[in-house]
Amino acid sequence: MNPEPTSGVSEPQPSSTVLARLSRFRVLARWEVALLAAVVAVFVVGRVVSPEFLTSYNFFDMGISNGELAIMALPMTLIVATGEIDLSVSSTLGLASSLLGLLWMHGWPMPAIIVVVLACGAVLGAFNGVLVTRVGLPSIAVTIGTMLLYAGIGEILLGSNIVSNFPATYTNIGVYGVPGIGLSYSTVIFFGLAIIFGAVLHFTPFGRSIFAMGANQEAAIFSGVRVKRTKTILYIVSGIVCSGAGILYTFKLSTAEYDNGTGLVLSVVAIVLLGGVSIFGGKGSMVGVVFAVLIYAGLLDALLLTGFPQQASGIVIGGLLLLSVLVPSVPEFRSRLRAGRHRLQRQAPEAAIVHGGSVAQPRLTGDSSSKAGQGGQPI
Amino acid sequence: MTNLDGTLVQATESPQRLVDLVFRLREYGIIAVLVIFIAVTTGLQPRFLGQQNIKFILLNATIYALLALGETMVVVSRQMDLSVGSVLGLSAYVSSNLFGQVHGIPIPVVFLAGIGIGVACGVVNGAITALARVPGLVVTLATLYIIRGIDISIIGGGEVVASSLPAHFLAIGSDSVVGVPYVTMCVAVVIAAGAYFLRSFRSGRELYAIGSNPDAARLVGIPIGRRVFTSYVASGAIAGLAGVLWATYYGTVDSTAGTGYELTVVTAVVVGGVAIFGGSGSVIGAAFGALLLSTIATALYALNVSPFWDPALDGLLLVLAITLDRTLAVRLANAMRKRTFRHEP
Repeated sequence: MNPEPTSGVSEPQPSSTVLARLSRFRVLARWEVALLAAVVAVFVVGRVVSPEFLTSYNFFDMGISNGELAIMALPMTLIVATGEIDLSVSSTLGLASSLLGLLWMHGWPMPAIIVVVLACGAVLGAFNGVLVTRVGLPSIAVTIGTMLLYAGIGEILLGSNIVSNFPATYTNIGVYGVPGIGLSYSTVIFFGLAIIFGAVLHFTPFGRSIFAMGANQEAAIFSGVRVKRTKTILYIVSGIVCSGAGILYTFKLSTAEYDNGTGLVLSVVAIVLLGGVSIFGGKGSMVGVVFAVLIYAGLLDALLLTGFPQQASGIVIGGLLLLSVLVPSVPEFRSRLRAGRHRLQRQAPEAAIVHGGSVAQPRLTGDSSSKAGQGGQPI
Repeated sequence: MTNLDGTLVQATESPQRLVDLVFRLREYGIIAVLVIFIAVTTGLQPRFLGQQNIKFILLNATIYALLALGETMVVVSRQMDLSVGSVLGLSAYVSSNLFGQVHGIPIPVVFLAGIGIGVACGVVNGAITALARVPGLVVTLATLYIIRGIDISIIGGGEVVASSLPAHFLAIGSDSVVGVPYVTMCVAVVIAAGAYFLRSFRSGRELYAIGSNPDAARLVGIPIGRRVFTSYVASGAIAGLAGVLWATYYGTVDSTAGTGYELTVVTAVVVGGVAIFGGSGSVIGAAFGALLLSTIATALYALNVSPFWDPALDGLLLVLAITLDRTLAVRLANAMRKRTFRHEP
């Protein structure tokens, strides 16, 4: 299917020229390209609505308010790509924050606290992973449960205490950016981790196995992919990364409170899906998710600068999320309509050709008879 | 011939009875847990079963149990409705605000307005999910944000206060007969109707069929899109009704009404034995799941345990419930396989 401009289709059949044009279009129709255009649009609009938008101070601000959210989206991308989900991420962040506060209250040295908190995150992730892979429970139910459980443990640990006497060495990350770059520490860590996660996802056998098990778990098992182990590892990584985000979040606010990070999880899921990762697994790219983070952060910030009520910005986020599922399904919807009409006119063969040609599939990998479309595994 | 017939009948009937038994056990199981929990709590704190306390528990459980009805209809067909909390909030504000805008508006009209808002939201959810064939989880995650955003932009910083609402309206959420609030009785009737529909109506059974195997359901000619659409509309209407009841109960409505309810409702539904990927579970079980969660919250208070323990216990309960379900399902599958072998030598 090499889309040569002078493609060797000599017959002047209208349907095949349409096909050729569509397959050339496929390269441009990738979801990431649309996202990139949206990123550019958001930043242009931001510059138009406020001259402060493209200033280094504002970039720092955007990073400081969304850094942890963005960091949590990285392991979530990998987990969703395997076809699972982790709804306990924001509770892991909250529990990490509570534990950090509690141990500091009891006079532990900070480096030891950080190690313990990260280890605790690994345990939380392993608990999710074991329930999902070894017990065989649906991850969405498990992680709704552990979302409540971890948030609850955080509440029990810290109660109504608010710890805020952290040393300035650490809390400075909420005030100053990384020297020489100017972005917040959480932003720099996000981009660093995004490169690592992206490389693992797209350029290693481990990453290929993630997509394989997301696309077809049975096939992956039979071809020797260690599905259970891979998923458990991903949940553990998610636990560690999210508790790390909890540490950053606590230092940024200079406050450890049991309800830190409550409700962030739905935004994290929204970002990952907006980034083009299929909720059924098997499709997605790290580039898309990074773009989605930029759109999310830029859009919220632009709305804030225009004085749009910040709480109502959910309309925009929800609208984007809706678009991200609707746009990819438009070609299939149209071909289904057309197939229906053709069936009425008893022209089934042509309908089949048109159906095969519905290529404007913006998601990353092929398989246009997507599971989502066939309702094979709707959640 | 007769012999063959006899074995055939046995082979198809007894696994069926076994499945029924297990599902009924699951329903009785949640009731048993509830009874044991109440007994233990009452043993430790006799005042727990006081009339006032029962009323409090029932009122708390009522709205969740009602929402659980709609959520069950959606979940058994392998979808999910995450927008119920936002729909509840929007309906609660818009309906109770009508009293301030239209002088002397009759209470039934207010209820209809609330339900109408719910239906509108449900139509949007259902139409997008069914027409575009995209996962309802994602659609309702988006409408969760959008509807809440609309709610916030309508309300701004304002709120409806109880003093602006007529006494008759507030009485719906507070008056009771022999310890059972009126609103709980009404909701119990609605839930019973919903349970009857899902159990005995063709379209109700088709929701289970869609949930247990969508491809097979399509092949036997069930209009999947239409059924899924209807279940979302029903869930929306129920969330709209719950919004009006929420307003009668709390009296003060601001833009945070119902925030986070969606996950509590899903928890109640799953604790009540509805499989998260559809195909099994009952409305009654889900209602008892909601009642159990509400009882736990109140019992902690009665036992002087910090309320901070509540979410952790709910989460633990959910994990235990699905683990139990999984174990039962595996056992059941094994038992059925054995039976089949025994009858087909």
